[in-house]
Amino acid sequence: MNLNQEEKAMLAGEFGPVRKTAIEHQIKVGDFFGAEDFVPVSQAHIMADTESLGEAGVLWLESLAKNAGKDRTVRIPTITDPRGTDFNKAKQLGQTEVMLALEKRAIAAFIKMGVSMTDTCINYQTIMAPVYGEHVAFGDTGVVIYSNSICGARSNFEGGPSALAAGLTGRTPRYGFHIEQHRQPTHRFLVRWTPESLNEWGALGGLIGRKSGNYWSVPVIEGIEGHPGSDSLKHFGAAMASFGSCALFHILGITPEAIHSHDLHYTHLAPIEINKADVMALQSSYRVSDEIDVVVFSAPQLSLFEMQSVAALCDGKKFKKPLLAVTSPQVKPDADRMGYTAMIEAAGGTVFAGMCFYQSYAREIAQANGWKRLATNSAKMVNILGGYGYTPILASMEDCVRAAETGRLA
Amino acid sequence: MSQNIFTAKHAQGPVVEGVCLTAQDGFSARYDLDRINGVFSRPSHPLYGKPYHNTILVVDTAKGGVASAWMIYEMKMRNLCPLAIVFNTVNPILAQGAAHGGIAMLAGFEVDITTAIPSGSTLRINPAMKTLEIIRSAS
Repeated sequence: MNLNQEEKAMLAGEFGPVRKTAIEHQIKVGDFFGAEDFVPVSQAHIMADTESLGEAGVLWLESLAKNAGKDRTVRIPTITDPRGTDFNKAKQLGQTEVMLALEKRAIAAFIKMGVSMTDTCINYQTIMAPVYGEHVAFGDTGVVIYSNSICGARSNFEGGPSALAAGLTGRTPRYGFHIEQHRQPTHRFLVRWTPESLNEWGALGGLIGRKSGNYWSVPVIEGIEGHPGSDSLKHFGAAMASFGSCALFHILGITPEAIHSHDLHYTHLAPIEINKADVMALQSSYRVSDEIDVVVFSAPQLSLFEMQSVAALCDGKKFKKPLLAVTSPQVKPDADRMGYTAMIEAAGGTVFAGMCFYQSYAREIAQANGWKRLATNSAKMVNILGGYGYTPILASMEDCVRAAETGRLA
Repeated sequence: MSQNIFTAKHAQGPVVEGVCLTAQDGFSARYDLDRINGVFSRPSHPLYGKPYHNTILVVDTAKGGVASAWMIYEMKMRNLCPLAIVFNTVNPILAQGAAHGGIAMLAGFEVDITTAIPSGSTLRINPAMKTLEIIRSAS
């Protein structure tokens, strides 16, 4: 990679050992992908739950954090993805003191490095959405695909070590979706049916992701009627990223790089038709049981309006099965103030903040609580949880709440 | 005569030699592995139930979330980790994870590497040369 004077100085250790470690890592990644140089970034977002980090990852963070303050502090606004717990309700999940102690150590290390503990995967709805053309270094695949596609920002998937490195150096290797030519469509989808519910949007996103195949695929979607809102596109993108590892999509007439169809080169691509039956088939493939053990709304964390919808459905109900609604630390106080939390919890549900279900020792909490059959309206989550030993079932928010009340999906 | 040396577009990490597990499916440490017990745990994965420690994984594409970047390092530190991962197509997360964890990785071939390499073959990965060599084929 071509390095400027400042980058050469970082590599030589003139900005301290932490930034030297960071830029060495970034150069390895940049060389792997053939990056010519670095691009400055304005924000970084770090995914780092301790189920992923483990003891080894936390020790590594602590080894960075013990350096001098001037050496260890991030250079740009750097925020965090959900943590592995909500400390106020960890015992209810069956999380152990060992898990919580590890979480606390990771948090302490990040704070020493100047990282802002936002603990959210919906920063584009709650903290500061990036703007068109802004280069950022975001973790969480759902955050990246939303920021690239809906906001028009420029980011690759940045795993925790790389996002932290970007926070420390203020830059990231210029490859992938930082380069204009990689943002052009590679797959063209003609959608014959526009979803309505969030689970349907997620299922459509999952199907397009599955058909697109890999990270470097950029789907362009035609045929969407009306204008889906932020929550629909959140589920659509998160599922596409989960099923297909996609980081960018375009919807003609809706997303910023596809407002004018002539800006995209896609007419040479053979259209792949998708109809309602295709989408419902993906959803049905997860419907292996009517009986459920737990209902979870999470992945991504719920917006204030999703919390409002869940609360309205819970109002006056009495649940037989646990219902978990997971939101961000930014939304939770508003949900409390507006009475949504009380409505959910009066029915027997629980509202969690600052975590995400699958990032919170999902295997261990399943064993602790006897949970296996999990109903959710998140297509992203059903794609993930099979590997954690769950039988996940995709259904609408309404059906999920009803299942918490009756113990089975209708 | 069948081809026994393949050249990748992307490469990193140390030279390694070992037996491979091949699957025409994607790979994510979060989605597919029981990292506590060191086995593939997604029931629909072709390698379900198989232990992955000290194997060379030959898989189609990198899937899923950003967690794998931490998880590879964590697996490496517990000495319960693949020797190398070989992809047809890689994503940044797995490449970043390999860089952080210091494991070998190759990606991008002129052939579908998952059909070219029979599972159970003994392979030599040389990232400096960007090559994968079949030392002993399982076919």
